[in-house]
Amino acid sequence: MPSPVTGASSPTRDLAGAHTVLDENEISRALIRMAHELVERSKGASELVLLGIPSRGVPLARRLAGLIATAEGGEVPVGALDVTMYRDDLRLRPARALEHTHIPPGGVDGKIVVLVDDVLFSGRTVRAALTALDDVGRPRAVRLAVLVDRGHRELPIRADHVGKNIPTSMRESVKVLLDEVDGRDAVLIGTEEGVA
Amino acid sequence: MNWLIKGARLHGADPADVLIRDGRLAEIGRDLDAAGAERIDADGLVILPGLVDLHTHLREPGREDAETVETGSQSAALGGFTAVHAMANTDPVADTAGVVEQVWRLGREAGYVDVRPVGAVTVGLRGERLAELGAMADSPAGVRVFSDDGHCVSDAVLMRRALEYVKAFDGVVAQHAQEPRLTEGAQMNEGELSGRLGLRGWPAVAEEAIIARDVLLAAHVGSRVHICHVSTAGSVEIIRWAKSKGWDVTAEVTPHHLLLTDELAATYDPRYKVNPPLRTQADVAALREALADGTIDIVATDHAPHPVEDKESEWDAAAMGMLGLETALSVVQAAMVETGLLDWAGVADRMSYRPARIGRCDTGSHAQGRRIAAGEPANLVLVDPAHSRTISGREMASLSHNTPFEGMKLPGRVVATFLRGRPTVLDGALQ
Amino acid sequence: MRHLLSAADLSREEAALVLNTAAEMAHLTGGRAVKKLPTLRGRTVVNLFFEDSTRTRTSFELAAKRLSADVVNFSAKGSSLSKGESLKDTALTLAAMGADAVVVRHSASGAPHRLANSGWIRANVINAGDGTHEHPTQALLDAFTMRNHLGELDGRRVAIVGDVLHSRVARSNVLLLDTLGAEVTLVAPPTLLPVGVGAWPCEVSYELDPVLAKSDAVMMLRVQRERMNAAFFPSAREYSRRYGLDARRFGLLPDDALVLHPGPMNRGMEITADVADSERSVIVEQVTNGVYVRMAVLYLLLAGEEGEAAS
Repeated sequence: MPSPVTGASSPTRDLAGAHTVLDENEISRALIRMAHELVERSKGASELVLLGIPSRGVPLARRLAGLIATAEGGEVPVGALDVTMYRDDLRLRPARALEHTHIPPGGVDGKIVVLVDDVLFSGRTVRAALTALDDVGRPRAVRLAVLVDRGHRELPIRADHVGKNIPTSMRESVKVLLDEVDGRDAVLIGTEEGVA
Repeated sequence: MNWLIKGARLHGADPADVLIRDGRLAEIGRDLDAAGAERIDADGLVILPGLVDLHTHLREPGREDAETVETGSQSAALGGFTAVHAMANTDPVADTAGVVEQVWRLGREAGYVDVRPVGAVTVGLRGERLAELGAMADSPAGVRVFSDDGHCVSDAVLMRRALEYVKAFDGVVAQHAQEPRLTEGAQMNEGELSGRLGLRGWPAVAEEAIIARDVLLAAHVGSRVHICHVSTAGSVEIIRWAKSKGWDVTAEVTPHHLLLTDELAATYDPRYKVNPPLRTQADVAALREALADGTIDIVATDHAPHPVEDKESEWDAAAMGMLGLETALSVVQAAMVETGLLDWAGVADRMSYRPARIGRCDTGSHAQGRRIAAGEPANLVLVDPAHSRTISGREMASLSHNTPFEGMKLPGRVVATFLRGRPTVLDGALQ
Repeated sequence: MRHLLSAADLSREEAALVLNTAAEMAHLTGGRAVKKLPTLRGRTVVNLFFEDSTRTRTSFELAAKRLSADVVNFSAKGSSLSKGESLKDTALTLAAMGADAVVVRHSASGAPHRLANSGWIRANVINAGDGTHEHPTQALLDAFTMRNHLGELDGRRVAIVGDVLHSRVARSNVLLLDTLGAEVTLVAPPTLLPVGVGAWPCEVSYELDPVLAKSDAVMMLRVQRERMNAAFFPSAREYSRRYGLDARRFGLLPDDALVLHPGPMNRGMEITADVADSERSVIVEQVTNGVYVRMAVLYLLLAGEEGEAAS
């Protein structure tokens, strides 16, 4: 039985030698740009559904939805898609507690679903999200928006909208802090003590 | 062969030399010497009279997969016993002269201990009619102890008749006190734990009510009665009261009831399943006190071998019973000697002198439980109280392995056992 | 935690985790057309039922299948009469077949403990009901059901009525509800309460009416008519008159109070038909919730790495 600390991501561990690669303003600008790209690419917001991958993908998705609404007017449906049950690396760790999944009332059938996450790394989380999406419905298209792409893909997956590309080494760790969860906005890089 | 035991502590007291000649104790004193005698250096060892068990299950005839008279005798010798009373719940039941004689002969052939068969009180242990108690008493087996152990003689009239009848040959009825209706399907001591564990309870009152009835009956008809495996504080009180009236009541307690409690049932491991069941810490304390002050007269093992498959299942389906012969003395040492409740002289009394008296085997050619004095038969046990050992059922001489002390460290070790001057165990090994 | 043998195995946090996970399971599979999750793909769950129970066995089977596990149903005839051979040999057979989890129901209290502790199998053991001892997943689904209607169970008052002496459901519920901070009152005639119940973390009452007025939920236990033959009560009529939940007693309950029953019901004995079918009866929901709770238990025990799951 896993420890009941909720959240697939653990509380922020101390990063040794952490330095900030994106500050609050840079994050804000990146998100605004991504929001405009999203609208441009899909020629309007009417068919978009944003699904954040917990935990930090969810507040990011909400912010993007807000930005799109500001730009275009009109609500963009936002939800959350927990991928814990669909991961292919479940047996490598203790069973994790589940996060909440919320599919907006309009569903996903025929929509352009945009998966939103904070960091794109191996690609396995996104692959799990695609499998999870299969059980939810049949979107017209699926896009991926991430705040940070740190490279080292293990699967043929790429993001459609990237806040910032940050090449990293395997020894490094990327931490995204968000005001909604961590009290401030920042993207940090350092070497992590303990399990990556 | 003659034997000279040097420097053994008689009853755990002052060291002395003991000379055994032609099966008897020839001399006891200091600085003895004897040419041609085998010497045993018994420095630091305690010497006791050969132990006498009033309650053993040898399983033969009928359940030779669990134990035979031979393997049970070997077990007994290793435990320091020179005589055991073999209970009658065999298959066929020992309710005739024929069966008791068979068991008696098997004991003689094995030659490790004196096997004294116990005769059943009722035919087939069915509690309906008396067995031929007189015939069993008159047989070469010379039965004096009668018991339906395993079952209670619950019919009051039948118990009365049995108590009266055995007076004719100085016999004694040994009652397994268990009111049958109150204990139908019972699995463990009835108490807070049984309610939690979901195991049907065996209430103390089912033992106490029968004991109360039987001591009154024995007094009324002027007979003696012996109570098997007393297990509760309430039973102790009733027996104490009966003795205070001068009634001829004797009682026994098993080693496991002196040490273990019903808490062990929480493991659901049937090695702890026994009848009467393990009880509470308060009961253990009362039993120890009673054995110390003599309210409970003797320790009797209720050695009950069971094959692995009868003990390996879920609790409900498992057999009741525990091995006892090879651990009895160690358990008594741990529970009574090391706690200061009983000294070794007391152990000699509770485990040899009194059981032999109750079983009426303390006279005659095969007398047991005699004093360690010149002229008496050389039935002795040499014990090393300083040794300690980890108990392992697989290493026992018994055919079965169901010991509740598995993996426990217990004090003491039987170094040698002598049956009428012949060693059955030397240096801890069977001869 | 490798096994779920007793409701007492769960700390408050662990119990909350199971309930929250069950809620997510309900959420994920409840409304969808595709009710399956791939999480336990490749795992083998064996239903080892020594006692007949279509209801519980089907519930576990559905739960395992919804997580894409392979399910094997083993209804062994081993009763206490056929002794240890059945339990041990069956266990060894399952181990040889590579079972990852064994869900066991047995008429002997402690049988799951023997399986879990004997060293015969390496699988996770889930107790689906052992004798009169425990039924932890029942308590979990009961708590889940109550929580859905009443919110967090701290300080909630739950009455459990009926044959407590022979009820594994009662034992597990008392333990779990206490862990979750609820206040439990057991109601039964003295003959149907175990010796030592005074030490349990709950109140005890011989009278039902006064307890009903203060209860947020009432759980009626099944009472077998045959018990009167062993003098537990004089007649079925007297039992249902004194302890049955009929329309009159139903009226004594607060407006929002729930009525639960683990099933199968003895309509007319411990509960009347109209009460069982009333809109405050959540008996059918309990069955639905059973699948979600069992999915949660299977997931939390099985999905992670082999052996002792780290915290």
